[in-house]
Amino acid sequence: MAQMNMAKAINLALFEAMERDDKVIVMGEDVGPDEGVFRITEGLYHKFGDKRVLDTPLAESGIMGTAIGMAIYGLRPVCEMQFSGFDYYAFHQLECHASRFRNRTRGRVTVPVVMRAPYGGGIRALEHHSESREAIYAHTPGLKVVIPSGPRNARALLHSAIQDPDPVIYYEPKAIYRLFKEDVPEAMETLPIGQAQVVRKGKDITLISYGASLRPTLEAAELLEEEDGVQAEVIDLLTISPMDATLIIESVKKTGRAVVVHEGPRTCGLGAEVVARINEAALLYLEAPIKRVTGFDVPIPYFSKERFFLPDPERVLAASRETLSF
Amino acid sequence: MPRTKIELPNIEYLSILDEDAKLDKALEPKIAPETLKTMYKYMLLARRTDERMLLMQRQGRMGTFPQSSGHEAISMGSAIHLGKTDWHVPAYRELAGLLYRGWSIETTLLYWNGFEEGAMPPEGVNDLPVCVPIASQLLHAAGLGMAMKLRNDNSIVMTYFGDGASSEGDTHEAMNFASVYQAPVVFVCLNNQYAISVPIAKQMRNETIAQRAIAYGMPGIRVDGNDVLAVYVATMEAVERAKRGEGPTLIEGLTYRFTPHTTADDPKRYRSDEECALWTKREPLARFKKYLVAKGVYTEKQLEELEQELDTMIKASIVKVEEMAQSEELANPLSMFDYLYSDIPPYLNEQREELKKHLEQVKNSTNSGVSPQKASAH
Repeated sequence: MAQMNMAKAINLALFEAMERDDKVIVMGEDVGPDEGVFRITEGLYHKFGDKRVLDTPLAESGIMGTAIGMAIYGLRPVCEMQFSGFDYYAFHQLECHASRFRNRTRGRVTVPVVMRAPYGGGIRALEHHSESREAIYAHTPGLKVVIPSGPRNARALLHSAIQDPDPVIYYEPKAIYRLFKEDVPEAMETLPIGQAQVVRKGKDITLISYGASLRPTLEAAELLEEEDGVQAEVIDLLTISPMDATLIIESVKKTGRAVVVHEGPRTCGLGAEVVARINEAALLYLEAPIKRVTGFDVPIPYFSKERFFLPDPERVLAASRETLSF
Repeated sequence: MPRTKIELPNIEYLSILDEDAKLDKALEPKIAPETLKTMYKYMLLARRTDERMLLMQRQGRMGTFPQSSGHEAISMGSAIHLGKTDWHVPAYRELAGLLYRGWSIETTLLYWNGFEEGAMPPEGVNDLPVCVPIASQLLHAAGLGMAMKLRNDNSIVMTYFGDGASSEGDTHEAMNFASVYQAPVVFVCLNNQYAISVPIAKQMRNETIAQRAIAYGMPGIRVDGNDVLAVYVATMEAVERAKRGEGPTLIEGLTYRFTPHTTADDPKRYRSDEECALWTKREPLARFKKYLVAKGVYTEKQLEELEQELDTMIKASIVKVEEMAQSEELANPLSMFDYLYSDIPPYLNEQREELKKHLEQVKNSTNSGVSPQKASAH
């Protein structure tokens, strides 16, 4: 058992994955001697050399497209996009190819590739470095999308992503890379893709979130308990596609109230999908309309105002109270 | 601090067998008669399949498809160098190469008739299927080549793109990645001078596509793309270089699409009949046939027999495919859910069940006299 932050836990998972399987290749911009702009690939180049850790030309479509070729060849490429704000260049390759090869070749050609990217706001970054566009990938059939919320699940989810036979988007909430430490067990762990977790038990309301938004959601749950005596159940989605609707529905059937929290824009965001799933399966259990606490439908403001865009405990608290008093 | 000239490589043009079947004996490659026969056979098979598919399309028995006629020399003259462990990464006018690599006529007919089964590579063949999004396949080829390089695999990749694709960013990225990593990739451009309606002059200001190789630090050559011998020689040199670990090559074959872009296109809107007639005369099969007869590889009688043999083969394939399309395995709409992921996730299974139930309801209503259209409107 060792205490570490999420950046270190992701680094550890890469290290372990490369050690246990020599087909695992790390590639991207500045991932070699520079060890990544967030230092996530620290020590990898030194340990595994330039045949396993590839500094690529600066071209995101090129990174994803060649990774697809390598995956088809039989390797397990883990691509780093330096910031999610630039992975749109890679989107064409993901949408047209990575997500489709298995389907169009009836299982004969498969693309076990992982795209890692730091995403989201909260680090006072420059323009184009704070977006949360995970919904685009969740909307793309053939991809899986996972988002850790802390060190331990970050390491386990990355192992699952690398071992998965299909393309996985692994989005890293960069605001929490070094925000807190957690105990991470000695032994390597995986976490099944497609399974959410109840991270706080409760009976009065269900709060559903993932990634960096999980912390303000948990803080709001504590405040609800302290100030209102309300027991909120909190669900960490961990995988946003395929989403674990069963766990959400079970919880909502019990509580009758729900709030979804994420920092991506609201329209067609993950919250909309959660609401739809609840409506389909638990409408008659609901005591109140489900509320969404999300980023607004505007580009994330420059950092002087980003805190007004990102969900915070106060917004989650206010939405929960409205839901509870409906 | 002088201002000096930076010396750059020159770009060559290669032609061995011209449009009148005149041969440059000094440049003629030594190719075994059996290999020549193989090349001609698959070029002819591609041409006749393409022609038959056009007829079928006009009869409503085939979907929209891009014709490959006229591109057989570039496709076959290059694919002939590929071995078992090599990879063929096509765009969509390389029918001759596909057939040679073991993709059946049936597969081709299935693909262009709307069946994913047509994109399944044959068992044991290392190839990728046809690629519709322009230029995107070149990156897969570069990645395959990079993987070979990383794993000390002495195989190579042959990949194809058109003149329109040369404008795409992925083409640039693929050539740059392949060159930086000295990946064993042969980039073969089928420059047929039109991207649907847009002529090459509106695609680029440079004289050739081949000269872009200079910018990527790789050899480049333009060949007469209707001359299978020139294609053979240029791609053989590229394959040898790649196998020696000297990285990628760009080969531009100048040709012409004397057919429409796809069966949905009307080329009269953008080019003259005179131009088309001029280039149709230069098409690759006629001159190759004359060369083979002059060399004694084939007699006229054998060529007639070959035509008969291929015709029978194509007709049999059509019958077989039209039966296959009706089979339970291929006709089942529920298969759309079955191959997306290694395991079907729960939400997708729900959608599968939803469609299954709906289809059963429609079937039951039809049996009880309600038309499927009416039933599905509910």
